[in-house]
Amino acid sequence: MRNEWPLWEVFIRGQHGMSHRHVGSLHAADEEMAIKNARDVYTRRNEGVSIWVVPAHHIAASSPSDTGPLYEPSESKVYRHPTFFDIPDDVGAM
Amino acid sequence: MYAQMIKSEATQDDPEKLAAFQVRIDAGDKIEPKDWMPEGYRKTLIRQIGQHAHSEIVGQLPEGNWITRAPTLERKAILLAKVQDEAGHGLYLYCAAETLGVTRDELTEMLLDGRMKYSSIFNYPTLTWADMGAVGWLVDGAAIMNQVPLQRTSFGPYSRAMIRICKEESFHQRQGYDIMMKMANGTEAQKRMAQDALNRMWFPSLMMFGPSDAESVHSEQSMSWKIKMNGNDELRQKFVDQTVPQAEFLGLTVPDPDLKWNETKGGYDFTGPDWDEFFDVLRGNGPCNKERLAARNKAWDDGAWVRDGLMAHAEKKRAAKLAAE
Repeated sequence: MRNEWPLWEVFIRGQHGMSHRHVGSLHAADEEMAIKNARDVYTRRNEGVSIWVVPAHHIAASSPSDTGPLYEPSESKVYRHPTFFDIPDDVGAM
Repeated sequence: MYAQMIKSEATQDDPEKLAAFQVRIDAGDKIEPKDWMPEGYRKTLIRQIGQHAHSEIVGQLPEGNWITRAPTLERKAILLAKVQDEAGHGLYLYCAAETLGVTRDELTEMLLDGRMKYSSIFNYPTLTWADMGAVGWLVDGAAIMNQVPLQRTSFGPYSRAMIRICKEESFHQRQGYDIMMKMANGTEAQKRMAQDALNRMWFPSLMMFGPSDAESVHSEQSMSWKIKMNGNDELRQKFVDQTVPQAEFLGLTVPDPDLKWNETKGGYDFTGPDWDEFFDVLRGNGPCNKERLAARNKAWDDGAWVRDGLMAHAEKKRAAKLAAE
């Protein structure tokens, strides 16, 4: 019978003030062990100040085939970027 | 190179999808686990990343052999950190392989029963402390040669694992060379040990790149899928060109009487390794094949009660927590 330790996704906050970022995954029996293993596997060189672990099966992900419907609508909305607007130099910093 | 002789899998996919896939690869897109990919791409990658991961794990054994006998406390701490890194590298790679739909236990079992291979280099013994120097300098040096271009491989998780590994690997090579410098500038006996280590590790290190491209039937498909970035001979040449001056700096002699600088090609002419020996080692007849696999099997078997026990404990805790809610 297979009794493999579940898979956890690991997120590390690199420095104070930065978001947690996905760094990889690992196997562990429970969350406590997952954090300890994440410490050993992903922060051997001071890469982190905080660790999140999430059971991999709890991650919901968008599907590659939805790329069009999800992201195309924003492509035509260039006015969302400040550089869209021409402001004369005389106005000063803005 | 930790992945040798990776047999590429034939693929029987819809030609239209295959062509579209190749366009993505050629455009430099990264392929992610949920993207469509040819069956051959998936299977070849499982084999390649798996073999790479197994090499990291089995590669801990020849060096672990010297942890308790390192000459100083500092050397011991450094070697321990290096061996721990190898474990980490194995884990990054297993994770990357798992995104392709194979489980960790399946990968482990395929290593343990011999269905999957690891690099031939780890079937050679580490007889003296100088071997720790030679392994770091030559074996990790050869690995880096292959791993640096693999950072650009087309499969996202593999590429990301390689980026992490490369960041850490240069410490490995430098600590090896540091040991060699110490020995080569030490007593006559130490110098002899350093030369002896180079003599024994040189040709097995050249084997790490795999047989000549002329005989590698599987390279072409892997190259076009960008899961193999360079030819075996090209990397071997690069390794020799980089390593020979480093040996000269140490005052050591590369054990190849025919080694000669070739001005026209801008590289060294050198003797290739004994490929009969290489294939014999792959078949399981190297000096340490049996010992290495026995050690991995023992670790897996001895650890079974721990894996089961911790799982049972986790389930008990979960049940208790649920009951309390």
